Amino acid sequence: MADSPVVTVHDRPNSYIGRSVPRPNVQRLLHGRGTFTDDIKLPRMVHAAYLRSPFAHADIKSINADAAKAAPGVAGVFTGKEIAELCEPYVGVLTHLEGMRSPPQYPMAIDRARWQGEPVVAVVAETRAQAEDAVELVEVDWAELPAACDMSAALDADAPVIHEEYGNNLCWERIVDEGDVDAAFDQAAVVVEDEFTFGRHTGVTLEPRSIISSWDPSEEQLTVYMSTQGPHMLQAIFAKHFGLEEHRVRVICKDVGGAFGIKVHTYGDEIATAALTMLLKRPVKFIPDRMESFTADIHARHHTIKARMAVAGDGKILAIDFDDLTGIGPYSMYPRSSGIEINQVLNLTGGPYTIENYRARGRVVFQNKPLMCQYRAVGHPIATAMQEALVDHAAQALGMDVVEIRARNLIPDDAYPTKSVTGMLFDKLSHHAAKDKLLGMVDYAGLRADQETARESGIYRGIGFACMIEVTSPSPMFYGVGGAPISAQDGVTLRLDAKGNLIVASGVTEQGQGAEAVLSQVAATAVGVTPDKIKIITGDTEITPYGGGTWASRGTGIAGEAAAQAGHALRDQILEVAGIMLQSEPRKLDIRDNAVVDTDTGNERISLAEVGRVVYYRADTLPKDYQSELIATRHHVPKKFPFAFTNGIHCSHVEVDVDTGMVKLLNYWVVEDCGTVINPLLVEEQVRGGVIQGIGGALYEECLYSDEGQLLNGNLADYLVPMAAEMPDIEVGHVTSPNSDSELGAKGAGEGGTGGAPAAILNAVNDALLPLGARLTVNPMTPERVLRALGKTE
Amino acid sequence: MPDSIDIPPVVVTATVNGERVSRAVEPRMNLVDFLREELELTGSHIGCEHGVCGACTVRVDGTIVRGCLMLAVQADGAQVLTIEGLSESGEIADLQENFKTRNAAQCGFCTPGMLMTAAELLAENPGAGRTEIREHISGNFCRCTGYQAIVDAIEETGKNRGEK
Amino acid sequence: MKPAPFNYAKPSSVDEAIALLGGDATLLAGGQSLVATLNMRLSAPDLLVDINGIGELSGISVDGGTVRIGALTRHRELERSEVIAAQAPLIAEAVPLIAHPAIRNRGTIGGSIAFADPAAELPACLLALDGAVEIAGSGGRRKVSAGEFFRGLYDTALEEGELITAIEVPVAAGNQRFAVEEVARRHGDYGMAGVMASVTVNGAAVEAARLVYLAAGGTPMLAEGAGAALAGNAIDEASIGAAQSALQDDLDPFDDMNSTAATKLHLARVMTERALKRIAGA
Repeated sequence: MADSPVVTVHDRPNSYIGRSVPRPNVQRLLHGRGTFTDDIKLPRMVHAAYLRSPFAHADIKSINADAAKAAPGVAGVFTGKEIAELCEPYVGVLTHLEGMRSPPQYPMAIDRARWQGEPVVAVVAETRAQAEDAVELVEVDWAELPAACDMSAALDADAPVIHEEYGNNLCWERIVDEGDVDAAFDQAAVVVEDEFTFGRHTGVTLEPRSIISSWDPSEEQLTVYMSTQGPHMLQAIFAKHFGLEEHRVRVICKDVGGAFGIKVHTYGDEIATAALTMLLKRPVKFIPDRMESFTADIHARHHTIKARMAVAGDGKILAIDFDDLTGIGPYSMYPRSSGIEINQVLNLTGGPYTIENYRARGRVVFQNKPLMCQYRAVGHPIATAMQEALVDHAAQALGMDVVEIRARNLIPDDAYPTKSVTGMLFDKLSHHAAKDKLLGMVDYAGLRADQETARESGIYRGIGFACMIEVTSPSPMFYGVGGAPISAQDGVTLRLDAKGNLIVASGVTEQGQGAEAVLSQVAATAVGVTPDKIKIITGDTEITPYGGGTWASRGTGIAGEAAAQAGHALRDQILEVAGIMLQSEPRKLDIRDNAVVDTDTGNERISLAEVGRVVYYRADTLPKDYQSELIATRHHVPKKFPFAFTNGIHCSHVEVDVDTGMVKLLNYWVVEDCGTVINPLLVEEQVRGGVIQGIGGALYEECLYSDEGQLLNGNLADYLVPMAAEMPDIEVGHVTSPNSDSELGAKGAGEGGTGGAPAAILNAVNDALLPLGARLTVNPMTPERVLRALGKTE
Repeated sequence: MPDSIDIPPVVVTATVNGERVSRAVEPRMNLVDFLREELELTGSHIGCEHGVCGACTVRVDGTIVRGCLMLAVQADGAQVLTIEGLSESGEIADLQENFKTRNAAQCGFCTPGMLMTAAELLAENPGAGRTEIREHISGNFCRCTGYQAIVDAIEETGKNRGEK
Repeated sequence: MKPAPFNYAKPSSVDEAIALLGGDATLLAGGQSLVATLNMRLSAPDLLVDINGIGELSGISVDGGTVRIGALTRHRELERSEVIAAQAPLIAEAVPLIAHPAIRNRGTIGGSIAFADPAAELPACLLALDGAVEIAGSGGRRKVSAGEFFRGLYDTALEEGELITAIEVPVAAGNQRFAVEEVARRHGDYGMAGVMASVTVNGAAVEAARLVYLAAGGTPMLAEGAGAALAGNAIDEASIGAAQSALQDDLDPFDDMNSTAATKLHLARVMTERALKRIAGA
């Protein structure tokens, strides 16, 4: 409609952008009326349980399932070979990660198991308990093999080779070399070096991964209820590997009990569960229990890094040089690959700062442990902790304040758009404004004074800062370019119903982060309705626009923009038909609070309910040469930049009990810039939840393994997650640099908390211990490790 | 391990959310599976099955318990209250409203257990401070929020109840 | 995971329970450790004998100089009991450190003592208070002192076919001082180290000290050397140091996932100092 004045979501009256509106879908969750996948029962449904490899590396010499097949309630017992007959194997490499290799992977082990926890035999029975009973009756004749568990030793010449055809255990290596690193180190006033270790940890979604697969052989239709972040991605994968057309696969995602990147991969037990329904022609439910989840879910983060930084006398960072090694299990995960985490470390380290000389090597190795892959804030906690610990180390070497050294190196706020030394394009960031905002929230001088006083009485407090960048809202340059069936675009359909309500459908999914709230607020604003008039539909490949789903903090930046554009289109449609009804020019009309009004006076002319009534029931009253439309779909994909980078700064205040090694979290502050904030309440709790997850990695969480590759703490009593009693209150501030690639201007906010917290806490602990000459470069910082750094235990 | 078909079922008769129910179940069935599978009260969730996460917290004879660490047969003759019953009675309507306005629930999987646990604290000590609240809910794992909004919501509810 | 199948019986008297025990039967009290191990299929008994219907096993009473605590008494009852607060303050201080409210609502003192986890609070309390365990079996009832009850890692004086009916601890005397010091990774976790200290004083001097450590060996560990180092001395830097030194021989910690034996010994010394200083300051 050319004659309608140009409006954006930012100049709408009665805007819901930037307002802390409660989430529209939270009531059912508060009343115990959510529908998580395990809450669903289908007729004739049976339950799967998997016998999993008890060894990290072992040949399967034979499987005898006779007793299991005869056990009470058992509907079927199937081996990896039988499942493989239905399902094409998959290969988890991305072509743009040049040189990466990984062999075809089958849903379940065939002939050889390569990690403790790999599914080996599927048992299906009337109840989960009966399936577990029968699993105990399956006899497997194992021949244990030497295992390559330790990632550092996996490249040794005498290490057992997991895939013999490759000759060694190297999956991928990438080298970055920019500027003149050697010359920079030669010129440096100080060079600081550290060796970092980040513990392997895992996502621990409170709701385990969950799936119900249902095959209708009469229509050759596979319906999968699944707790997932990417319904369309899974639809494509099920279709491809079972040889089905995509429209014969429907993925339905009801309420999701946390995901964090755990539920966006191809898990063998889930693919096998889809095969089981085809074999049995009955719905099959599979919910891994907590202990299974610890060896069957992806792990993340295990890195050892040797790093050094060259710094001039005035504090300017001259160069960074590091060598990063990570172990990813025996395969690269499909379809995202297990190379992205280290790739992010190589891309993002040093990102907040102006650095011209940069050298890094990243090596990804196969090992006999669970697969590692993308988990919330992929690579960011590693890159940020390494970079920020080196910055603090350099400040100490120079005798410079830790805030001052950052101020001297942060990219100036007026330098944008710009590009990092590793080629990352930054649209608009605000490191200095964020730092200044943070210093307005934190009484830094007061904390330093308190630190001095406390030390006199033997109390050791520390202050740690972390500056960071975050990848959000990726373009196809992230995965699509590498050949993965992962859509970077997303769509939103808006439909006005006959009563003037707005039905919103989108390809993104909700797992509690508030995607549906954001869609509701943007759509309400763009169209001109109140949020109570909106119904949101997500999580069903059959009825939502095609989209990538929810990962990499993309829901708001991408689907939010699609909602804005769809809103404009629907608004134009409504005003067009309203103009005809009212014999008025559409440009003189507006929609406010569920009614068409005169733009100038704001006086109501006709309600949206009346527009709907006429359009749907009394079209006979409209001109015969006119056809109205009250539905609009728009898609959005980032075009100007590969990623919508955001920035943030964290400050952690801790007290270390130097006799017990316990770290007490006193206070925490974050300032983040995620562009246009749609809902501050949601953004702030995303940041807080993210920080707490980062604290998990910094202080508690680690998958502990024996030398033989046996997980030692695979339960929630021994694997420690952050609980309420130890967590600090967190104060969040905002700086807003809108995304120039969209009208809405929003970027993502889901991962910055997790990306920054380990760095801030590491620096705070080291700041506390500074007068005692102790320094930690390991996560998690357990009491044992703190005491060891202090020389108080062996 | 005895064969499951050789074990006679046990009859569990209990008052659940005010309704008298009776089912014959395997002795090994725990309370939360009984509620979810037999009674289709799916508001109580299963997060770990070893008593750590708190997602299955329900009220039995007036006190909160882990639904995964109590057998269904042990609830024979008991009064059981789940999130569904607690919601319908209106006992925690104020707490639920504060959870909503403060965004104290994200994915909602821990939420029923968290509300059950908070309800017990609020009934005993509505004036509990933040440290006490944090300790009281320290057996309920929430992976999404930073706990702060939950603490805020409980604290606010307690304050408002104290004023009444 | 779901438990392996088992049979279930709920006796209404101690004698009935004893008759059901033996064979591959396991006693179900609060179930807060047992049901978790059943759910993990780490144990798979033929029969669970649920003693929650035996009324005589509950309740707290004082009889002369002894506090008697029925085996089925829940942790929350201990926590809220005025009798425990006044007559067994060490227990009152220790109980809030056990897990979380929903667990304490179900967990029982008898179950905790019978399970005898060396990192648990109540076994260590019982030993620090020099209490006793009342045991019923087919031959009648007997009392075993705490010192004799805990024999080794998860090994106690309970014989097959027996159950604990009550725990007895002496009423706290006016010249007794108590302190609990524990370090756990998170609130409610089992301690990495901890001490239950019961110190009898005579003026400024220690008359006798029973320092019992958790997570410091296969059983709750009574530090006899540390007690001897304190006896007859005031609590000061010198006697604290002597007690800490004695722990090298008193304790026998082992490595676990959270910390090495050396760290546990270090932490036990730190807890010793904190407990004794608190007692000296009280």
